[in-house]
Amino acid sequence: MSSLAGNVLYKKRKTYTWLYFLIPSIAIMLVFFVYPILLTFFYSFTNLALTGEAAKELKFVGISNYVRMFEDPTVRVSIWNTLVFLIGSAVIGQQVLGFLIALLMKRKNKLFRRVVGTIVLAGWVTPEIVCALCLYSFFGDEGTLNAIVTSFGFTEVAWLFTVPMLTIILANIWHGTAFSMLVFQAALDDVPTEIEEAAVVDGASRWQVLTRITLPYIKDTITTNMMLVTLQTLGVFGLIYAMTGGGPGTSTTTLPIFMYNQAFVNYQLGYGTAISLLLLMIGVVLSLFYIRSMKE
Amino acid sequence: MRIGKRRWMLITAALLSISLLFGCTSSKNNNNTPANTKAEEGKTETVKKVIKITYRDDGIGEEGALYKWIKEVAASYPNKNVEIKPTPIQASEGDYFAKIALALKSKDTAPDIVTEDTFILNSDASAGYLEPLDEKLKGWEDWTNGSFIEAMKKGVTASDGKVYGVPYNTDSRGLWYNKEIFKKAGLPENWVPASWDEVLQAARTIKEKAGDGIVPIWMNMGKATGEATSMQTYEMLLYGTGERLYDDASSKWIINSQGILDALTFIETINKEKLGPPLSKVLNGQAGNTASREYLPQGKLAISLDGSWITGNYFEDGASPWPEYKDVLGFAPMPTSQGQAPGSITLAGGWALSIPSNSQNKDEAWEFIKYALGKEYTQKLVIATGNITVRADVAKDPGYTQLPFNEIATEYLKNAEFRPAQDKYPEVSTQIQTMVEAVTTGTSPADAMQKYAQDVTRIVGKDHVMEK
Repeated sequence: MSSLAGNVLYKKRKTYTWLYFLIPSIAIMLVFFVYPILLTFFYSFTNLALTGEAAKELKFVGISNYVRMFEDPTVRVSIWNTLVFLIGSAVIGQQVLGFLIALLMKRKNKLFRRVVGTIVLAGWVTPEIVCALCLYSFFGDEGTLNAIVTSFGFTEVAWLFTVPMLTIILANIWHGTAFSMLVFQAALDDVPTEIEEAAVVDGASRWQVLTRITLPYIKDTITTNMMLVTLQTLGVFGLIYAMTGGGPGTSTTTLPIFMYNQAFVNYQLGYGTAISLLLLMIGVVLSLFYIRSMKE
Repeated sequence: MRIGKRRWMLITAALLSISLLFGCTSSKNNNNTPANTKAEEGKTETVKKVIKITYRDDGIGEEGALYKWIKEVAASYPNKNVEIKPTPIQASEGDYFAKIALALKSKDTAPDIVTEDTFILNSDASAGYLEPLDEKLKGWEDWTNGSFIEAMKKGVTASDGKVYGVPYNTDSRGLWYNKEIFKKAGLPENWVPASWDEVLQAARTIKEKAGDGIVPIWMNMGKATGEATSMQTYEMLLYGTGERLYDDASSKWIINSQGILDALTFIETINKEKLGPPLSKVLNGQAGNTASREYLPQGKLAISLDGSWITGNYFEDGASPWPEYKDVLGFAPMPTSQGQAPGSITLAGGWALSIPSNSQNKDEAWEFIKYALGKEYTQKLVIATGNITVRADVAKDPGYTQLPFNEIATEYLKNAEFRPAQDKYPEVSTQIQTMVEAVTTGTSPADAMQKYAQDVTRIVGKDHVMEK
């Protein structure tokens, strides 16, 4: 009897022990993660401003920041630009290119893998702002690309002005593809060679092996990678800000750029926080979508 | 026994997490310690107060004119019980204002003297960041005896009628033109256009006769050039039509008027007839520098609507030394739209020294400002930076007038207008930039004005706008 009770007590005790060890990390999460988000949520309902009359006293303004957001045509443009940038550079660009590079490198000799891997990784290890400056001087009016173009006898093109979205998409692909490549390399190495070989013996074409065996096998990796790359890309600021500043006009103004402009150029911190919550919502919705598609 | 262990674990965990929470605070205290000890050490002799001056450093550090000036003034400052310490903020012009606002918010970070652009001064004053100086100014002879140009006091007076800074420089705007190109195109070397039409006509002549690769006229027209687009381009045009941004009598922003349309139509004409710079150059954050540091000195630009300070680039130690500028450049006044009175127009801006409300040493700061902005050092500063002076006595001094263009630039200040002293101005200004860029890229003036009207209404509220 007593031993049984002791056992139960022990079990109970055991169930809670883990909690003590988690307290520090939970505290950190609360202070540095949950608290700022709650604060942001709170500020988005105020007229918080950096300067001007509103900076004197904080006023609760209800949902007017959100009303303003939905009435503001630039918000719609920014959402659209964010999605174009996201799909172009992350979902299609980094993901597909990263996969292709990983696939082509599979089972090649070590030297080849090492050389190609290092070159692709160079983009990834370059700090964002350095990367932005490199690509700015590549696409700039007197840049490398124009030097190449003119040496073939064509006229100069103001790339950053005529096709600004394309330039920042290419820049982000250049910068981030290595991440997807690494993830896919690891996943492809896990695909058992026997299955693929068996399929080839059974007469499957390369395309069939890829679509029927390899891709289904790494399906979960694709979704996870898609989610990671999406969240990384949603927050890209420095790259775009340094290359085009969100312009010309609003043609490369994504939500982070728009948020920055409202908060630190127009000094409207309250409105800026409301936009940041919109960005957070988009991230949450996309993540949920990916997680659900992973379960199926 | 076991319970004891659990308790220990709990205590350790709690202590750990608490120590983490206080990580930031304790490090801050550590930072303060050396300063405190220093102060205590000093007490045995004399307490030396540190007066911090914050200004914008555009990346050149100790080579900067302001840094050198502060050091020079501090060296000769008679009160040796205070230490004058430059605490620059390294930032782009736009970021400087945001960083200043953040620094002024708290007693821990606020300097004792801050350089304020007159365009943000009113916002910072409304926010309660700055100390009104009226009481102090009453006792300063220089301020009351006419040493300061009276019109310049308007630039540092906020909407509540109080003065929040002592101005140290100002600027005027007008049409810089290249006399050599004018000569080649058969235009007068001593050019004084009487109306907008004459400006356009000159630009057309240059396009026809001066040859390829020469931009007839440059105005900043993009969002990326920020306040330069609002002030040097749009407001110079709008105020030239006789209209204003803000109606002082009714305290309302004007969102719809013939003047706005006329100003935008001028910009439209420049771009439609291809009299302006290529869009990829002008809709770029570097546009201002491209015009003043490259195109103008290289003889690739005929007319540039810009500020009086651009000659600072051409000094020996400037960003783009060009000794011949004195002979090649001319500086014509910007005419009103039809040549109506007063004939020409300029907007004036400029910078002032202010004392933050959160400063700990306001009286010492004020004493230093009085010393630094007296005649001698104001003159040194404006000459070193290529700005124009706010002091009438400096304006008459041969050391100042002998510099090319200083006299004309100061002369233009007679008709100078200031931007509205309204705390919403910086926000309205970004809408102006959006509107100007829209017209530049092909939107019709009427549509652009309609969007401007909507945006400004949203910012200032329905009760604070009017149509004319």
